[in-house]
Amino acid sequence: MIPRALDRGTIVFLALLGAVAIAVPLLNLALPDSSPLHVPTYLVSLFGKYVCFALLALSIDLIWGYCGILSLGHGAFFALGGYAMGMYLMRQIGGRGVYGNPLLPDFMVFLNWKELPLAWWGFSSFPYAMLMVLAVPGLLALVFGWFAFRSRVTGVYFSIITQAMTFALLLAFFRNDFGFGGNNGLTDFKDILGFNVQADGTRAALFATSCLALMLGYVVCRILVASKFGMVLIAIRDAEARARFLGYRVESYKLAVFTISACMAGVAGALYVPQVGIINPGEFSPANSIEAVIWVAVGGRGTLAGAVIGAVLVNYAKTTFTSGALAPYWLFLLGGLFVGVTLWLPRGIVGTIAHWRAGRRITATEDAPDPSGAAVATKPQAAE
Amino acid sequence: MLFVGVSAARADAFDDTLQKFLTDSYTDTEAGVTALGAGGDVRAFAVVKALQDGRLLADPAARRVLIDDGGALKDAATGAVVSPAPPPADLKRVRLNNRLRRAVEAALGALTLRAPDPARRLDAAQAVFKSRDAGALPAVEAALSQETDTRVKSALAMARAAILITSPDAPEAARIEAVGMLRERGDQSALALLSALPPGTPATVQGAADSAAAAIRNRLQIWETAQNAWYGVSLGSVLLLAAIGLAITFGVMGVINMAHGEMVMLGAYTTFVVQEAIRQKAFTFAIPGTGIGFSLPLPAALTLDWSLPIAVPLAFVVTGMVGILIEKSVIRFLYGRPLETLLATWGISLILQQAVRTAFGPTNKEVSNPSWMSGAFELGQLSITYNRLWIVCFSLATFAMLLAMLRWTRLGLEMRAVTQNRGMAACVGIRTARIDALTFGLGSGIAGIAGVALSQIDNVSPNLGQSYIIDSFMVVVFGGVGNLWGTLVGAFTLGIANKFLEPFAGAVLGKIAILVLIILFIQRRPRGLFALKGRAVEA
Amino acid sequence: MDLRTTPALLYLDAVSVSFDGFKALNGLSLTIAPGEMRAIIGPNGAGKTTMMDVITGKTRPDEGEVLFDGSHDLTALDEASIAVLGIGRKFQKPTVFDSHTVEDNLRLALAGDRRARTAVAWRETAAARERMSSILETIRLTAARSRLAGNLSHGQKQWLEIGMLLAQDPKLLLVDEPVAGMTDAETHQTAELLRTINVEKTVVVVEHDMTFVRALGVKVTVLHEGRVLAEGSIDQVSENERVVEVYLGR
Repeated sequence: MIPRALDRGTIVFLALLGAVAIAVPLLNLALPDSSPLHVPTYLVSLFGKYVCFALLALSIDLIWGYCGILSLGHGAFFALGGYAMGMYLMRQIGGRGVYGNPLLPDFMVFLNWKELPLAWWGFSSFPYAMLMVLAVPGLLALVFGWFAFRSRVTGVYFSIITQAMTFALLLAFFRNDFGFGGNNGLTDFKDILGFNVQADGTRAALFATSCLALMLGYVVCRILVASKFGMVLIAIRDAEARARFLGYRVESYKLAVFTISACMAGVAGALYVPQVGIINPGEFSPANSIEAVIWVAVGGRGTLAGAVIGAVLVNYAKTTFTSGALAPYWLFLLGGLFVGVTLWLPRGIVGTIAHWRAGRRITATEDAPDPSGAAVATKPQAAE
Repeated sequence: MLFVGVSAARADAFDDTLQKFLTDSYTDTEAGVTALGAGGDVRAFAVVKALQDGRLLADPAARRVLIDDGGALKDAATGAVVSPAPPPADLKRVRLNNRLRRAVEAALGALTLRAPDPARRLDAAQAVFKSRDAGALPAVEAALSQETDTRVKSALAMARAAILITSPDAPEAARIEAVGMLRERGDQSALALLSALPPGTPATVQGAADSAAAAIRNRLQIWETAQNAWYGVSLGSVLLLAAIGLAITFGVMGVINMAHGEMVMLGAYTTFVVQEAIRQKAFTFAIPGTGIGFSLPLPAALTLDWSLPIAVPLAFVVTGMVGILIEKSVIRFLYGRPLETLLATWGISLILQQAVRTAFGPTNKEVSNPSWMSGAFELGQLSITYNRLWIVCFSLATFAMLLAMLRWTRLGLEMRAVTQNRGMAACVGIRTARIDALTFGLGSGIAGIAGVALSQIDNVSPNLGQSYIIDSFMVVVFGGVGNLWGTLVGAFTLGIANKFLEPFAGAVLGKIAILVLIILFIQRRPRGLFALKGRAVEA
Repeated sequence: MDLRTTPALLYLDAVSVSFDGFKALNGLSLTIAPGEMRAIIGPNGAGKTTMMDVITGKTRPDEGEVLFDGSHDLTALDEASIAVLGIGRKFQKPTVFDSHTVEDNLRLALAGDRRARTAVAWRETAAARERMSSILETIRLTAARSRLAGNLSHGQKQWLEIGMLLAQDPKLLLVDEPVAGMTDAETHQTAELLRTINVEKTVVVVEHDMTFVRALGVKVTVLHEGRVLAEGSIDQVSENERVVEVYLGR
């Protein structure tokens, strides 16, 4: 199964990612500030953020691009992973907080709490926290998905209830008594595994780790989609009823891929938090989840590389726009992107290129495949 | 004027009482105040009031009491200005201590009980009810015997009951009778009185009070439930307004419009523009920095009370046009691809929000209530504000009009035909593309109308729509897609459920609970409360 | 329920389904013997598709009994379990996996482990490859084996779907309007194909095209208003007064 997954394109892509993972930290640490090739630390963190977003995009692409499930709640899994990491980082602060309480994070001291809530148990241990990074989003996806898929909630209905799910979590995490820092979230981190999170070396290492996680996520996705599992996913996307009548238990496949995808999003969130230095309830906002979907659409859904490229491109554009005089126009651009991509570039960048190349290769002999699977229907569906 | 109807004998008694203020003794002053309060002299009020304000001066040399009326000194007995004014050194301000102040208040209360203005008498009676000062009892009883106004009379009776029930000296029968009266009154303050009788109250009185308190609690419980239900209906009507347009675009057409909330927002801004034009007496349009613009004068008779009747049709037209524009330029190309429609319309919502932010600024805009929507009235123990009441009526009227339109107009017939069987509709000569655009325009226009109503109770900001979009979808999905009645039931069910959960769970947790419940509900009935069944839907 | 209670392969007794008061099936009783081919005809709304839905587990009947192979209660199973039991269904509108190749469509349909947890490690066997080749021959799509199913012609899609049913190796095939939209030649070939399949498998065909039904030359059941109106050879039912009245027209 592994050889089939690692085709030429995948190997090239992984090699490129690996090169970035090594080059960026090297150019940051080994070169003096004066060198024109020196990558400043803030850029390392910024790139690290892009890589985390790319992993989130990958997780969305796995379910949307291959199985046709549009989740508008993946930001919630991302944020839950982030909170799990944030809780570990909070516990690492120890007695160095403003109030100097060795046990309780500052916000709990401020709320006059006397002891650590049960949910925080074990988060001083890194392995436990990492387990939670996978387990919390995974479990939520498992339970939520079990309910939703079993009762055949599909299409936009699924999208809407995932959006409601992240909205409910947003409201919950905003509350102080929920025990996760309320409005302000978790911040002022000091150490991760004993290293200062602000140090150049730590940031470079976090960047490299994020790249590794992305590579790993990419390989996992490739293995899944290149196997029969992936064939069934695409079959479900194209004709769910047909797959069912062939004897495939569609719910199991959906639940499996949804849970795996949620875990990936959780990992992305966990790596994101130490690099940006904060996690707050805003990450649960429905707008974030939808924005992540458009990264995938821009890059090309159903193409794993497309998800990564889309995430990096859109976020690079966002950074460029929102940091300059053009900031007020960013939302126009982003909104235009949503409209433009769905209208004129349904296959996304990578999908369109692949389609065009495949078309050229085959024109003489046969018909062109449709790698994005964007089934273009023209008739409206009434009351569906 | 102070002399009207004062008999000579009374005047003497009044004069005697005034003498008490000359001795500079707290005991005498108190006796004087109490006597003034108990007596019925019309001049007494001015004297006690002056005493309270520190304007009562004793002139022991002339054995008279003076009132400092803004510099002019008047004789308390005659009301005439004293001239020449005695040298200030001869005058002594009549002093008060805390005990005296209470006596003064009681006396003032008793005197107001006999004021000529019934409204003031009512206030005074209610004040006594609150203070339940035993000293006021004779005054209350005196006033009660002379009172003719029924409202004041019942307020006085209540005040008397309040005093009697707490006074240990009152006869038991009178106290039990008082319990009965308070039980009749049956509100929060009666309950407070009944449940906090002073220690040493006889068991019979205590028993009667306990059972009366229990009865009141029950009644209040019912009123509270009714109040909650009203809040729920009010929230439900807001949800209905927000969701009803969506029930058309999403429910009937199957187009998922994430920019629906922004249509609501545009409707609210239309209201703002209308009100602003009325305030300026001119409608001004200008593109900043270009010098392009114009100004239309409005008739001066146009007041803010007219702003809503103008804004409703205007908002319908504005948002309806925007809706048709969106349908023609984007949605038309995405029929049959609901997930893409969702993304594209989300993009449109971002653009609309930013456009409004650019044009009007990011801050909340002030939209005022017209006079006929301000204020509140009481219905039993219910407090109902006019703006909420209007919104409930308005949302039901909108709903009824929409139903009527779909059922009885040509456009409604064609809409139903197109949504049920597009191919067949096209075959019988309906221009389906035009109907699609009009249906979408209708849904958007109704969202705009909703915006006008919501501008009356919510902040008008570019984010207005965002706060309604999830709730609206929940209502439509919960009620059953494609069924307007389902939307109606869904909206009110969710509104009332929300308000009944709030006391137990708090506003935020209540909302979370509702979301979780809906998510669970959709598992049970994926197609909502009033799902259409059959092959057409399954296909 | 391991006891075989009926010799029939498919046994429907007094099955009723209603949608919002409309009785789609109204006490429908029907038995199909093993190895039989049966044609089912009837006007629109007679309950043909609903009957298929009930047999394949898509719709639960309000009342009545549906037994398969004498011992399996189909009303208690879901679509996937029923498919695994050995009932294959072809939809009215050809439904194939558009972005898979013809081969992959068949590969997914071939009998075998359907579970998600083993799908990642799944390997194709040589026997499966052989079987796929033979099916491709049967449905005349050998030349198109690596084309995308979405790019096939309408008739080819119909055949691919029938091929997928064959690959599934069911005991019973339910075929809904297999020749709708086909040319005369294709219709003729399809009739032949179904007869070939019927050598090994039990087949139920729902069809409107009377020429096609006549070409099949099998026992015909006429449905009307959710119940059986008549049963017999095509000539017998054609002469039935009621059938002529409600369906064939005078």
